[in-house]
Amino acid sequence: MQAAVVVFPGSNREQDVAKALGAVMGHAPHMVWHRDSEIPKVDLIVVPGGFSYGDYLRCGAIAAHSPAMREIMERAKAGIAVLGICNGFQILTEAGLLPGVLLRNACLTFVCRNVGLKVESSQSLFTNGYAAGQTLSIPVAHHDGNYFADDATLDRLEEKGQIAFRYCAGDGTLAEEANPNGSARSIAGVFNETKNVLGLMPHPENAVLPLQGSVDGQPLFRGMVEALS
Amino acid sequence: MNDQAAAKPAITPEPAITPEIVAEHGLTPDEYQRVLTILGRAPNLTELGIFSVMWSEHCSYKSSRRWLKRLPTTGAVVIQGPGENAGVIDIGDGQACVFKIESHNHPSFIEPYQGAATGVGGIMRDVFTMGARPIANLNALRFGAPEDPRTRHLLAGVVAGIGGYGNCMGVPTVGGETNFHPAYNGNILVNAMTVGLADKDRIFYAKAAGVGNPVIYVGAKTGRDGIHGATMASAEFRDDSEEKRPTVQVGDPFTEKLLLEACLELMATDAIVAIQDMGAAGLTSSSVEMSSKGGLGIELDLDLVPMRETGMTPYEIMLSESQERMLMVIRPEARESARAIFEKWELDFAEIGRLTDSGLLVLKAGGRIAAELPVAPLVEQAPVYDRPTEPTAPARPLRSESVRAIEPIAALEKLLGSPDLASKRWIWEQYDHLIMGETVIRPGGDAALVRIPGKAKGLAMTTDCTPRYCFADPKLGGAQAVAESWRNLTAVGARPLAITDNMNFGNPERPEIMGQFAGCIEGMREACLALDYPVVSGNVSFYNETNGKGILPTPVVGGVGVIDDVDKAISIAFKAAGEAILVFGATIGHLGCSIYLRELLGREEGAPPPVDLAAERRNGDFIRGLIAAGRLSACHDLSDGGLLVALAEMALAGGIGAEIALPANLAPHAFCFGEDQGRYLATMPTEAVEAVLAEAKLAGVPARFLGRTGGLALTVAAGNTISLTKLAAVHETFLPRLMAG
Repeated sequence: MQAAVVVFPGSNREQDVAKALGAVMGHAPHMVWHRDSEIPKVDLIVVPGGFSYGDYLRCGAIAAHSPAMREIMERAKAGIAVLGICNGFQILTEAGLLPGVLLRNACLTFVCRNVGLKVESSQSLFTNGYAAGQTLSIPVAHHDGNYFADDATLDRLEEKGQIAFRYCAGDGTLAEEANPNGSARSIAGVFNETKNVLGLMPHPENAVLPLQGSVDGQPLFRGMVEALS
Repeated sequence: MNDQAAAKPAITPEPAITPEIVAEHGLTPDEYQRVLTILGRAPNLTELGIFSVMWSEHCSYKSSRRWLKRLPTTGAVVIQGPGENAGVIDIGDGQACVFKIESHNHPSFIEPYQGAATGVGGIMRDVFTMGARPIANLNALRFGAPEDPRTRHLLAGVVAGIGGYGNCMGVPTVGGETNFHPAYNGNILVNAMTVGLADKDRIFYAKAAGVGNPVIYVGAKTGRDGIHGATMASAEFRDDSEEKRPTVQVGDPFTEKLLLEACLELMATDAIVAIQDMGAAGLTSSSVEMSSKGGLGIELDLDLVPMRETGMTPYEIMLSESQERMLMVIRPEARESARAIFEKWELDFAEIGRLTDSGLLVLKAGGRIAAELPVAPLVEQAPVYDRPTEPTAPARPLRSESVRAIEPIAALEKLLGSPDLASKRWIWEQYDHLIMGETVIRPGGDAALVRIPGKAKGLAMTTDCTPRYCFADPKLGGAQAVAESWRNLTAVGARPLAITDNMNFGNPERPEIMGQFAGCIEGMREACLALDYPVVSGNVSFYNETNGKGILPTPVVGGVGVIDDVDKAISIAFKAAGEAILVFGATIGHLGCSIYLRELLGREEGAPPPVDLAAERRNGDFIRGLIAAGRLSACHDLSDGGLLVALAEMALAGGIGAEIALPANLAPHAFCFGEDQGRYLATMPTEAVEAVLAEAKLAGVPARFLGRTGGLALTVAAGNTISLTKLAAVHETFLPRLMAG
């Protein structure tokens, strides 16, 4: 399996995800500089976390219009797997590859902590390493992770099984206190309709080693690699 | 004077220098006389500006230099001591740790978000200038009383600024400390520390070399922000300090992230001869320091400096403190490859001058000479003052019988919710402390621990100071700050290696302030020597006064240690029920200067607890040995608040309760809340206790069995109990409630 991690100016979790992915694949992913419109032929494209272009406009808004993104949209349409984490999720929504938007956290501050995460669907190439309903502990680290879409969109997402993860309490129940950013219906990650694109705010790449306090992110990478190999 | 200036017609004519202009630049008449002697003529305004920033307290250390020499700065691990952008120590395997702490106190009070953000940006630049990738940030913050009307605004802004910059840079902010005291009402302290990692043989220095080599400006463009930041940091505040807002710089972490990546990419080649970041006093100090360290001259064409605004004068260009800029000397043949790297990162890259053998700093602008100054005297003949010192009067020891006893659980409940002891989660959850994926021990414990990528070993780090001790007894307080940082590193299992210091004090022209400074330095010196724990970098911040009222003396110590295997490290959290809890080190019950006394009885008095450096070392070495052998399951150093507070923190961190017994020979409040130094609380399996006690006795380390972990409550002396839920609520409520208003 081959993967590419797209690096924008201001990306800063590209190494974290490259390490997590590389450890499972057995070789390092390609690191692709944003100005390269040529992305190597790969099975998975990752848009990593960070502050692309400083996020001085809307988060992800500028990166969404880069040459690399145009190429990624083409590939996504052709069915190639695309994973956007944190700023990557913001970029994918800005680019229209995923529904909804990510607003400023309801608490208005940056939030970094491990959160409870409920796997809503294991029926995808990204989440097949989990069981539906399983509860995970994965860190979040963001200022703008408040997922928003109108009710009709949210209903449709639920209907079509496009919700990947929800924030939850340790016992798996959904609760306001367990929602770190005010996301609509506690949504932490969503698929596109064909489920070859996933965007999520939490950082599974920072939960793959025992020293990181949780290894609950590992099945995501293992599952992807198995599905795409 | 004007006649002499006229004799040099090549210099751009500028307004004549009057005594008022000299005073506005913070130079005394004597210092100005010294300028005249060096030049043999009157300076023009640009030249005066350059002298004023180079000779400011902030850049020249003129009041502190004499005392700083007292600190031990050498040792087996020291690669580079004070005097460079940051200190460098050897951490084995061909790797070096580069670290430093720096204050941004004055700007943060005027404009908390930008002041704190650029403080973080500046210290990271100091570290990556030397070729190191920053792997962790820490900070030490001091605010006024929680009820002071400015505190909320300042705290919110500072925390957001630190997070805003560090989070965007992708460097985890893993530790720090935050205190509140009315003495900081008009002068908050924002000290930022960065720890970086480099290959030992790839450290970059500021020493210029090679006459004719090009001088390159990279990074952000120069604007009018921050002009006279260094002189602002060298004067007291008055009520009009709001008017100084334009001298606060504005940070752009995105540009700095690009600058970091571009610099490290260039540093992987052999293009760079010397490099210096443009921090305080910007282009002035970077060009002067590089040329003076190399014993060379430097010639700059200011028309070539990338500028953000039009019409900037040489004076403004030289004194601007615009952020995210670097000055480098490179090998001429590397010009194009270096340029390509900076173009890739979309940063300015401008050749603005060259090194000369003239020994002069020559600035050209508009085809004329804007300034011409000898480099060596600018640095070497900077004034050094032996300011009068008045030693702090010894604190009157507290009579222990005068300290009212409060039932321990009731007292604990109050203390855990008090400003200094309450949880700081509200602060550190705003910092990305997990990015890079190597954070082993997160904020909230004794020391943070970050693994070295690809290795088993890790670096432990902490910032510490107890200003109320320093105020009561500067020497003892200085020693205690060093000892506490050493203890914090030890408590996670690390070998303490070296420190960086951030000396925050009032006006050095007042003898009692210099007395505090000299006392703290003496105490730090003794502790550093006794613990083999040298100072490798640091920063002095004087004039932390408003309307003549100084802060508490606050010599913050940033300590770094190494642990060979991060899997051996332990945190403060209780790990299992039914384990034995032991206290190591002698518990006398010293309540002078304690948090108990201040928070519960409203008394700030007495002598601080004595610091026995021999015992400190003995106890710490013993604990470190136990941790390395895997014999402890949790460990916590005892400091602010004493034993029962530490026990509660361990219980809350692990979600496991405990029951301890009180000794018969000591009053309960003294035993529970005394702040005797050199102590640790630790847990271990019950069956290990006997052997550990025997070994401690042999090693001369006082040790005593206290009780056991278990349950979901904290119980002191049977029956006197409080649930963890209740304790957690008290502990976690203070800051969110304060900040919600």
